[in-house]
Amino acid sequence: MGSISLSSVRKSFGTTDVIPGIDLDIEDGEFVVFVGPSGCGKSTLLRLIAGLEDTTGGQILIDGKDVTAAAPAKRGLAMVFQSYALYPHMTVYNNIAFPLKMDSQPKDVIDRKVRDAARVLNLTNYLDRRPGQLSGGQRQRVAIGRAIVRQPSAFLFDEPLSNLDAALRGTMRIEISELHQQLKTTMVYVTHDQIEAMTMADKIVVLNAGRIEQVGSPLDLYRTPANLFVAGFIGSPRMNMIEGAEAGKMQAKTIGVRPEHIRLSPTEGAWSGTVGVTEHLGSDTLLHIDADELGPITARADGEFAVRSGQRIFMTPDRARMHRFDEKGLAIR
Amino acid sequence: MATLHTRASARLMMSPAVILLFVWMIVPLAMTLYFSFLSYNLLTPGAHNFIGFTNYYYFLTDPAFLTAIGNTLLIVIGVLLITVIGGILLALVLDQPFWGQGIVRLLVIAPFFVMPTVSALVWKNMFMNPVYGLFAWIARGLGLTPVDWLADVPLFSIILIVAWQWLPFATLILLTALQSLDGEQKEAAEMDGAGAISRFFYIVLPHLSRAITVVILIQTIFLLSVFAEILVTTNGGPGIQSTNLTYLVYAQALLQFDVGGASAGGIVAVILANIVAIFLIRLIGKNLDR
Ligand SMILES: Nc1ncnc2c1ncn2[C@@H]1O[C@H](COP(=O)(O)OP(=O)(O)OP(=O)(O)O)[C@@H](O)[C@H]1O
Ligand SMILES: [Mg+2]
Repeated sequence: MGSISLSSVRKSFGTTDVIPGIDLDIEDGEFVVFVGPSGCGKSTLLRLIAGLEDTTGGQILIDGKDVTAAAPAKRGLAMVFQSYALYPHMTVYNNIAFPLKMDSQPKDVIDRKVRDAARVLNLTNYLDRRPGQLSGGQRQRVAIGRAIVRQPSAFLFDEPLSNLDAALRGTMRIEISELHQQLKTTMVYVTHDQIEAMTMADKIVVLNAGRIEQVGSPLDLYRTPANLFVAGFIGSPRMNMIEGAEAGKMQAKTIGVRPEHIRLSPTEGAWSGTVGVTEHLGSDTLLHIDADELGPITARADGEFAVRSGQRIFMTPDRARMHRFDEKGLAIR
Repeated sequence: MATLHTRASARLMMSPAVILLFVWMIVPLAMTLYFSFLSYNLLTPGAHNFIGFTNYYYFLTDPAFLTAIGNTLLIVIGVLLITVIGGILLALVLDQPFWGQGIVRLLVIAPFFVMPTVSALVWKNMFMNPVYGLFAWIARGLGLTPVDWLADVPLFSIILIVAWQWLPFATLILLTALQSLDGEQKEAAEMDGAGAISRFFYIVLPHLSRAITVVILIQTIFLLSVFAEILVTTNGGPGIQSTNLTYLVYAQALLQFDVGGASAGGIVAVILANIVAIFLIRLIGKNLDR
């Protein structure tokens, strides 16, 4: 019903290779999130799937059918854009009805579907308004409404929440997740926000410079990052990377330990350092420690942890949860 | 935003310019109004008697008056139709990426820089002349009888010439409006299954509505007073077939030396222009406040 498969898909703009070749399988009903740093090609990859950009090479299959050369409308996908791309001169009702109207569906069917979608998305009271008279979150819901009325085989989202404030982002995140559970339709979601990726995804695809670094469930990526890039990218605050003698002791070029896997003590431990800045987040305290020859280390303590700037402190990493990487940056298992 | 003080000083700063403009406008208007009530003919020197509405009576009952109004409206409507439709089509073409786009855009704007008298002369002599004009040459090449444009279809010829001059203006405004259309909106429509034609009517045209309104309003103001093109090509003729209101006033004042009658005609033209303006603002002005 909505499986997407890419085989050696390439894209270049002129002479620059934005995507040098990607193989990826997205199963029906999955919530897949593309993450990666800015400019790594997430949007481009999504637009290739949508058909808004032509591929330079490779093949795109949707439900086993080759759609590499098919027009966007023929692929049965719906997309929610970062700018929402609502039609400003149409009412909310007409915005949501537009894809159905283009599909020449009968008036009563359109009416029923639009009202259903509006009910699901809490837009019933706004159907007569123009997009300009709505708040950011409401516009976002209209854009989603326009996507769901078509009953597409998959939804594509390009950073849909990046224009919203933090609180609203939290709510919309949950709404989209609920929508996914209700509809059970494949969703492909682009973001550079880790929290969105970790909380919403069934499967995260980490991209870097147009290449896939790792594919896996959020916890997989958190527990067993395949390389330095993924280790540094997933998890917040970032994993501490230590090179040199300390890494050599563990037969690795680089070792990594997450801030939450360091036990702190004022009296004893494997490593020691001087506390610099402390950030009190309420539930946790983040300590930025200058650990002498190991370099700067970030550690997470609980919210009540008493510590002063300039104090000597001892750290003990949880050996079982440390990560080792070789010269090429690949994880040693 | 502005306090009482800044507003007061802003008014003070603006007043010289506003007063100058106001005087500039009001003095000629008042004098025209004054002349329009006088018996004032350059061929009969002496006292200029006050004769009330006689000038208006003669101007309004002149058989040429109704024809002139009809011609004025035809010119406005005809030119608007050609420039708006042609402008949209040209803007759509120029918006596509193609080789030599910069030069082509420049060339399209060029007619706007040609003086009306010059372009009218070029059209009259190079294109529309029945003996050596380009159109006549093409017609003969196709084995047809050449049309004597300015004699047979004078009003249509004037409309063509004026439309040619205003097409670049419309194109330019519509092109900039077209370029300000959000690309994601077009892509969203594409994904929603709208073909090129639906996209044009549902997305592009509504987006252009404001620019189209501006084009219509601005052009109407200028098209109501088309003059040079008529003077240079047809002299309002044959007969009065291509006489518009402006040209009629001119004929009254400078061909019949009747200053009083021409002034009355001028005032009538001002009133008519205002009626058209009110009508237009009512009709399409709502597109502007959004
Ligand atoms: N039309 C284009 N022509 C040329 N280069 C392009 C074009 N579109 C994108 N690129 C380049 O492709 C690369 C990937 O762009 P893309 O928009 O996919 O990044 P992204 O991962 O979505 O980034 P962000 O998180 O900032 O949205 C960028 O280096 C960009 O400069
Ligand atoms: Mg992007």
